[in-house]
Amino acid sequence: MVLRLFWTFFKIGLFTFGGGYAMIPFIHQYAVEKYKWITDEEFLNIIAIAESTPGPIAINSATYIGHKVSGLKGSAMATLGVSLPSIIIIVLISAFFMQFKSNIYVEYAFKGIRVGVSILVLNAAIRMNKKLEKNFFTYIMIVVGFSLLLFELLPVIWVIIISGIIGIVYQIFKLRGDDLV
Amino acid sequence: MILFDILFELFITFFKVGVFTFGGGYAMIPLITEEVIKKGWTENASELIDFIAISESTPGPFAVNISTFIGFNQAGVLGAIFASLGVIMPSFLIILFIASVFKKFADNKFVVGFLKGVKPVIVGVIFSVAVKFILKSVFDISIYDLSKISLEWASILIFVIVFAMTRVKKKIHPIYVVLVSGILGLLIYGLIL
Repeated sequence: MVLRLFWTFFKIGLFTFGGGYAMIPFIHQYAVEKYKWITDEEFLNIIAIAESTPGPIAINSATYIGHKVSGLKGSAMATLGVSLPSIIIIVLISAFFMQFKSNIYVEYAFKGIRVGVSILVLNAAIRMNKKLEKNFFTYIMIVVGFSLLLFELLPVIWVIIISGIIGIVYQIFKLRGDDLV
Repeated sequence: MILFDILFELFITFFKVGVFTFGGGYAMIPLITEEVIKKGWTENASELIDFIAISESTPGPFAVNISTFIGFNQAGVLGAIFASLGVIMPSFLIILFIASVFKKFADNKFVVGFLKGVKPVIVGVIFSVAVKFILKSVFDISIYDLSKISLEWASILIFVIVFAMTRVKKKIHPIYVVLVSGILGLLIYGLIL
């Protein structure tokens, strides 16, 4: 069973390009439909947990499902399985990349690719922005995060901790029924 | 001893990155940029953007890819392993804790409140990284020397084409964005200029 966990998550890690969200359908297919390790409801629960805890969604769900199937050993094997393909592939590629990066044509291609990556980051911000609740509090927080980091006024970690505390205070006031904003 | 120090620092740095990343791979980029540049683990911002490009176009979780990349560059295969273990460990431990004792985690009011504050701030932070990356990759300047801006038509052209493409076809996979912009770079800088 532990071996099957490892192998399943190894395949998921190997065949999903583009990170966490691309993995969700695969995880559903194997863990819910094929092997029935977890129910549909648990699956949704895992996604909610993965979204509210730090770290990659792939690692979060592998750990959770592994734990459900066979405890600590299961979570270790599933997590190892989902990460191992990346580690192997990237080690091979970086050895290769270091040799070719001084090639002039590779440099031309990467000059274009850097523009593409900036657009990927911009689009990620646009996409995440669309998923937020639209209210005054949210807008203020976006502007604050943007301006603080644009000029590197505060380290990222402090921005996260302080905004988390502000969020908790805001939430507690809201639950009490006070109209804060 | 020196190797041990590097491995330890890689592990701790990426552990920190793992703890403070909410909302998937892209949310990790601001903190990684800050740490990696502070520690001098890449030659410059452009090299980091190259690493991000490769991590986006290879299979597996982005977080593991980028940590492996930086770890490997600093200390070979061992570095790759320690950096990846570092980024994986926080999620692993937190989920183990939730799965065994704290099942109602996602409904807890402190958790909900914390995320209500963090999520919009992270969006703002990622916007700021996007602006910096665009300044660097399109105009080759940083935010502090905006006055030196010069209009390079080639990179602006690539930006406009690729951005339009991603706006028309919103679900386009990152690997195609990397491919198309790479081919455009090769064509425009290599053949025309």
